Amino acid sequence: MKNVMSNKFVITLYVLPALILILLLIYIPIVLTGYYGLMDWNGIGKMKFVGLDNYIELVKDKLFWQSTWHSLLLGLFSTVSLVGYLILSLILASKIKGANFLRKIYLIPMLLSSVAIGQLWAKIFDPTNGMINRLLTIFGVDNPPVWLADSKIALYALFFPIVWQYAGFYIIIFYAALKNVPEELIEAAKIDGATSIQIAYKIKLPLIAGVIKVMVILAIVGSLKYFDLIFVLTGGGPNHASEVMASYMYSEAFSKYNFGYGSAIGFGLLIICLVMTWLIQKLLSSKEVEF
Amino acid sequence: MFKKKTVAMIMSVIMLVSLALAGCSSSSSTEEKSADGKKVIKFMHLWPEGSSNAQFSIVKDIIGEYEKEHKDIKIETEILNPDQYREKLKVLASSNELPDIGMTWSDGFIKPYVEGGMLAPLDDVVDKNPDLKDAFIPGVKESYAVDGKTYGLPLELNISYVFYNKEIFKKYNLEVPKTFEEYKKVVKTLADNGVVPATVGAKDGWPASFWFMYLADRIGGPTILTDVIHGKAKMDDPAILKAAQEVQNLVDMGGFVKGASALSNDDAKGYFMNEKAAMFLTATWELPNYTTSPDVKQEFKDKIGYFKFPTYEGGKGTDINSYVGGPGVGLFVAKDSKVQKEAKDFVGYLVKRWGEKSVTDAGVIPATKVDTSKLDLAPMYIDILKDLSEASNVTTYFDTQSSPAVSELHHDLVTALFGKQVTPKDFVKQQADALAKEQK
Repeated sequence: MKNVMSNKFVITLYVLPALILILLLIYIPIVLTGYYGLMDWNGIGKMKFVGLDNYIELVKDKLFWQSTWHSLLLGLFSTVSLVGYLILSLILASKIKGANFLRKIYLIPMLLSSVAIGQLWAKIFDPTNGMINRLLTIFGVDNPPVWLADSKIALYALFFPIVWQYAGFYIIIFYAALKNVPEELIEAAKIDGATSIQIAYKIKLPLIAGVIKVMVILAIVGSLKYFDLIFVLTGGGPNHASEVMASYMYSEAFSKYNFGYGSAIGFGLLIICLVMTWLIQKLLSSKEVEF
Repeated sequence: MFKKKTVAMIMSVIMLVSLALAGCSSSSSTEEKSADGKKVIKFMHLWPEGSSNAQFSIVKDIIGEYEKEHKDIKIETEILNPDQYREKLKVLASSNELPDIGMTWSDGFIKPYVEGGMLAPLDDVVDKNPDLKDAFIPGVKESYAVDGKTYGLPLELNISYVFYNKEIFKKYNLEVPKTFEEYKKVVKTLADNGVVPATVGAKDGWPASFWFMYLADRIGGPTILTDVIHGKAKMDDPAILKAAQEVQNLVDMGGFVKGASALSNDDAKGYFMNEKAAMFLTATWELPNYTTSPDVKQEFKDKIGYFKFPTYEGGKGTDINSYVGGPGVGLFVAKDSKVQKEAKDFVGYLVKRWGEKSVTDAGVIPATKVDTSKLDLAPMYIDILKDLSEASNVTTYFDTQSSPAVSELHHDLVTALFGKQVTPKDFVKQQADALAKEQK
């Protein structure tokens, strides 16, 4: 086996199919997107080369930066919510009764499609007949907020279903990582008289630092390109109050038939994602703790 | 020596892959024949069996009849939901693989396809066919024309009315309003009594635009919005500004359902269907729900009436028989189709048969004239078909007439207008600027 694997020819042969697929499906489209960004194109007729016009417009476009800001806010919110998931996972992993059952409950939103979740939350947020406002009215609030229709609240109201949707995913991964922490270390700490908070803080967390880092990156990058629920619930409205980068790209390319500019936004989104990933890795770079 | 081999290997693999990929690319450029030697016409439409059953069945029946009459033709259908259809059509167009026959919307939608040289003119289909020559309601077919040639044959025509709940009106002693002042009184009475006066799905933009368009029609005269599109009037015309202001006056009065800018058209419709709102300004495509649909209780249907959008005191549009409306979908034939002659023939056949069947079978108002005397129809249909024959003008929806970019901007701004996130002044100015930029 070792002989075979050291044969460069065989290695090439094994790597090639995947390489070609990745090139064809991911990298070439990325380059093409950047290229389409140089065009004035309605997606149907002929393309017209306009140089860097689209990109210059993009840099000056207030709406683009506003939607970027919204995406970053979502990223921040998701990262903060990771703390909550981590605490939940710590509790779940500490062998409490019914941990299995609870884990399944948290996972269920993950199994629903975004559109179904969107429909569900549209009903919950409905200003007149929705669950939240019904409850508020019962408790004597005269003029409950109109949630998604209010441009000041819409974005923040949207964060809740988004965060709720992915809770199960993060909890499962944290839980798995925590279960991997060697039992001996915890026992040893217990013998030394550490409290469970100390164990969590001094032993468990440092040991899963790598996983936490990956989760932070996933949360932020996932937030930056987030689209589904926003599209279903508000479509980026009202008046762009909940517009994020991906929904803005969609509305330019597919609703306004502005493929050139839409591609430029897509390329901008890619660059922002890359920069953010690099930044987070810089910020979080610390030496891995070995078992 | 070894390296050479590697290179050769890589080359051969690349060649294999590219061969395989070449095999994937479409072979639509050759005339397709089915196994039994029939000519195949590919037809893509947007009425799936599940969500538009009546329309689906009519089309299926018509195809069946046509294939019986023309033994050498086989019509293959591909059916998608309207939203998916829209996207797929664009994707197919960008790779020049349109189906032989497909569905299109009018004006702003069809224009890029025509300019891209993808569609075949259909004037000959109409002119050569005596059944079709005078069949269309005047002005409808023209919505699919670019530079004097018609590229789509319309199937549907929709006009908008205010539908209202007669029982709620009776409870508060309300009369059908004839003028906008009367309408405001109705709104005030309903709002004071805690009833939602009118429901509107402002999130989607277009349903809310109905209100704006009718007010612009009544205040600025029936041609004003069409003039704006053709550069003969400006969007920041005082009359249009006034229409936008009146929309916000209604919002301030509590004239619409709360949080309308987060409701889709379907959400808003729910309020009306559940009798939580007294009025709903919508188009005739909703008629089956108030007349024939087996899914709606008869009790509810009996309560629903309609009235024409009231006139505005001192406005230029004094004729209450001027409507805001527009053709729905029409049929196109692809320019590059290898079976263009056959496809055109089928399109003519389909339009004609559709006109005969659609009212009775699906409750859809066709774009062709209907002889009501021979048909057994719900009274509301007879009234509305009569209105149509008396209509002085049908202004095609502003967002249908405008380019996709302006249309989208219009939707966004109307949502904001209803949510009071934009002032009427800004509302008209932003659109005026966008239009001016396009007309340069």
